[in-house]
Amino acid sequence: MSAQTAALTPAQFALTAASVFAAVLPHLLRLPPLFVVLVLGLLAGRIVQRAAGGARIPGLLKLPLVLLIPVLVVLHYGNVFGREPGSALACAMLALKLVETETRRDARAAIAFSCFVLMSALLFNSGMVFTLLLCAALALFLATLRELELRPAAARSVAALRRRVTAGLGAGALSLLAAIPLTLCVFLFLPRLGSPLWGAPTDTAIGHSGLGDTMDPGSLQELLIDDSPAFRVSFDGAVPERSKLYWRGPVLTRFDGMTWTRASLAGEARRGAATVEQAADVVGYEVTLEPSDRRWLLALDVPLAAPDDATRGADMTLVAAKPVDQLQRYRASSALTYRLGAQAGDRERERNLSLPPGFDPRTRALAAQWRRDVGSDDGVIRAALDLFHNEFTYSLAAPELGRNSVDDFLFETRKGFCQHFASSFTFLMRAAGIPARVVTGYQGGYFNKLGNYLVVRQSDAHAWSEVWLAGRGWVRVDPTGAVSPQRVESGARAAAGATAAWYQADWLLSMRNQFDLVNRAWNNLVVQFSLLRQQSLLTPFGIAKAEYYDLVWALIGTSTLLLAVYSWWVLRRTRKPGDALDAAYSSLCRKLEATGTPRAASEGPMAFSERLRRSGSPIATLDELLLRYAGLRYARAVPDAAAVREFAGAVRALRLPRRFAKIYKKSVAAQR
Amino acid sequence: MNATAPALPLRARLLAAAERRLPALTRLKQSEALPIALHRHRIYVLPTRFGLMFSAVLAVMLLGALNYNNNPALLLTCLLGAASYQSVFQAFRMLNGLELRALKAQPCHAGDALRIGLSFHAAGRARQSLRASIDAADVVFDLPANGDERIDVDLPAPTRGWLRPGRIRLHCEYPFGLFRVWSWLNPDFIALIYPRLEATAAPLPLAHDAASEVPVRRSGDEFGMLRDYHPSDPRRAIAWKASARHDSLLVKEFEQRRGREVVLDWDATAKLPYEARISRLARWVHDCDAARQSYLLRLPERSIGPGHGPDHREACLRALALLPGAAT
Repeated sequence: MSAQTAALTPAQFALTAASVFAAVLPHLLRLPPLFVVLVLGLLAGRIVQRAAGGARIPGLLKLPLVLLIPVLVVLHYGNVFGREPGSALACAMLALKLVETETRRDARAAIAFSCFVLMSALLFNSGMVFTLLLCAALALFLATLRELELRPAAARSVAALRRRVTAGLGAGALSLLAAIPLTLCVFLFLPRLGSPLWGAPTDTAIGHSGLGDTMDPGSLQELLIDDSPAFRVSFDGAVPERSKLYWRGPVLTRFDGMTWTRASLAGEARRGAATVEQAADVVGYEVTLEPSDRRWLLALDVPLAAPDDATRGADMTLVAAKPVDQLQRYRASSALTYRLGAQAGDRERERNLSLPPGFDPRTRALAAQWRRDVGSDDGVIRAALDLFHNEFTYSLAAPELGRNSVDDFLFETRKGFCQHFASSFTFLMRAAGIPARVVTGYQGGYFNKLGNYLVVRQSDAHAWSEVWLAGRGWVRVDPTGAVSPQRVESGARAAAGATAAWYQADWLLSMRNQFDLVNRAWNNLVVQFSLLRQQSLLTPFGIAKAEYYDLVWALIGTSTLLLAVYSWWVLRRTRKPGDALDAAYSSLCRKLEATGTPRAASEGPMAFSERLRRSGSPIATLDELLLRYAGLRYARAVPDAAAVREFAGAVRALRLPRRFAKIYKKSVAAQR
Repeated sequence: MNATAPALPLRARLLAAAERRLPALTRLKQSEALPIALHRHRIYVLPTRFGLMFSAVLAVMLLGALNYNNNPALLLTCLLGAASYQSVFQAFRMLNGLELRALKAQPCHAGDALRIGLSFHAAGRARQSLRASIDAADVVFDLPANGDERIDVDLPAPTRGWLRPGRIRLHCEYPFGLFRVWSWLNPDFIALIYPRLEATAAPLPLAHDAASEVPVRRSGDEFGMLRDYHPSDPRRAIAWKASARHDSLLVKEFEQRRGREVVLDWDATAKLPYEARISRLARWVHDCDAARQSYLLRLPERSIGPGHGPDHREACLRALALLPGAAT
């Protein structure tokens, strides 16, 4: 039987199955249930079948599965290309590969395929912890490959097996550690592609959470309990106070009674940007936006200009040229004090006054009554805020609202969070004849002192209102702040009280906020390492902008250097303990020679010491050293390493007095 | 490779042609004296087929990571690539510093397997999954650190005469099976294969004169040895004292000779084909030796003996093995 087609031992199969499982596991969290069931079913079925001593799976059973899997993928996704369908196909095929794994060759092919599947999991999640876990899984793969090597008949006991697997994992991890220098050198200098070879990165079916471009009651609820980072900001100067950290996202102007929606992008672009006057308190900052698959770029109220590859709509929202499907970094500057759109035209004011007919009659009546009683715009706003302040409570567990959502909220439930307040406040304003709109975005953020940056999480999502007042333009009014000043001062979590789940405890969140520093470093150093950064790598060596061939030369040079170091390590002579002994002995002989008493070529250590003794050597240790050498050399086949070291130390410590030579010569002369 | 095996596989023929053409490859074909130490001048490395396949997978992973501009995926790919590439050093270290110290063959008759014992020594560190191959024979073994290990390789020995085992290929794919390191050992070693023993034992050609008909058991013969009791042995031959110290009965064997030596004569087998004659003589030698019978071997150009004992047996078998027509 050839070595390649030798049947797998139970241990080899178990490790292969473990590797395959490790490869599909990161995908299982994300794959549609159909494929999760399929993959797990195949793996579990195979493991059980094999444990029960089952034979080779017949081809008649495998072939339909091979054909079925692509069909399922096409039915579910529409095609087999791209990240999502491709990874589903790969996972299912890998599981199928385990089903047919019988020989060493099969198992090796399964491991190679597992490496690919493992890597493809990173196309969906590039987090640091995730990446490190996947790298650790490589140790398991290497241990499996090691176990697949031919071995002399080994002990079959469980203890021996466990020892071997542990040793294999340790050796695999060691291999990975030893590979780190070479990895870094390739990672740094391998030229990146300026543009993708195929149009891969356009598929955006991944469920990243983030701000949508619509808002209905409850749409923000999921975001508010999601602690994943939305973006991180480094400020050029001091961080503005928290109550000014309003991160502007999509502005919603249309209301259909239930849902607020944004005007079309094209319409916004056509109208052109509104004017910003009397800009003051300008801050510059850099934002690193997590992928959201949407086009909003968040900026502090109100951004003064659009970053590259982005535009600023009339509503002051920054819109990227394409959906943000990768970590994106941009610079922006904003004015915290400003007068926005004071010259807004009649048409714009009218658009921000429109209300859906036939909804919420009680709210309209209330607004009309305020308008009659108070008169001025400011008064109406104050009346509304007073109402919220006195009668409403902030809660993330808001009751359901009926058809007349604003009426229900204002007069019945009176309990909710930012989007309820923003929505009903804006409705009230419009009903009272004040142009108003809803702004969604984020408010606040956690300032990481150690890293000197601000991390804004999805749970910092917020909605507020803007009203247009004659002579003052669009003015931000945050009705949530009237209900619960805490929301603005310390965030949604604090405002909501004790509704957080156990894993969102404050101390845990605070630890996560601290730890976010590491995530940010990972994003900066690894995820964001781009062609541009790479090109500036060689600046210290006088190459301002490294071209492809510069990088290739750097790659060849550094990796050759590293390989030379490895080769030196491998090829260096390993001295036997005996060699060390001989080296020490010859050093002793050289010392003696320097004092004029050379050892004759024919003399062994015993004869030499005998001669020295007869000639009246005054140093007793010399005699003892020579005899010690004879003992070490000839008493045992392999001398004891510790004793050899001791001997060498004694030789090094030996100081022969200069007069030794004289005494020796005298004694020789006397003998003659 | 001798001329009797014309249908060599293509690979072997190509290898043979390459070694004829390239003296560098044949440099180490000359046999060497033991011990043979492996060092970097004689250790070769090439990727295995799995290694090539694995690097293709790595290339696909690299392309994917670059195309999606995904640095963590690229990092993972680089890590895996570097770790697997570095395994070449580990593989090299498995062979480097290895020493073939001794080599010993058991005596063997043509048709049996020639068992060659190879004693390896590992300097410094332990070695895993080493394979020693001679032609088709293949043995997997481990070596402890600074330790010796003797492995036995069984080679087919089809014909009598001298057998020079092919070069020993010492190879290893450890740790991941991505690279194969190998080295050729060509120790100065030759084994003598005794002739095939005739399968059916023909009766010994005992002389038919009356004087030697009855074996003479002389009690004054010197004491020879103790052996296990057979039911046909006389009671008085049993060594009771010695038997008491053992579980089984032992019998005192005296050096007993028959009156006249058996003559194993080449000419007495004239009816048989040439090789069969040798086989029969070898069988007779074997049987005489087993029966502790003194014998004389008479060959066309020489005769050996009369005599008995292992040395005599060996001399006879050797002479038979080297009769004209033996493998050289």
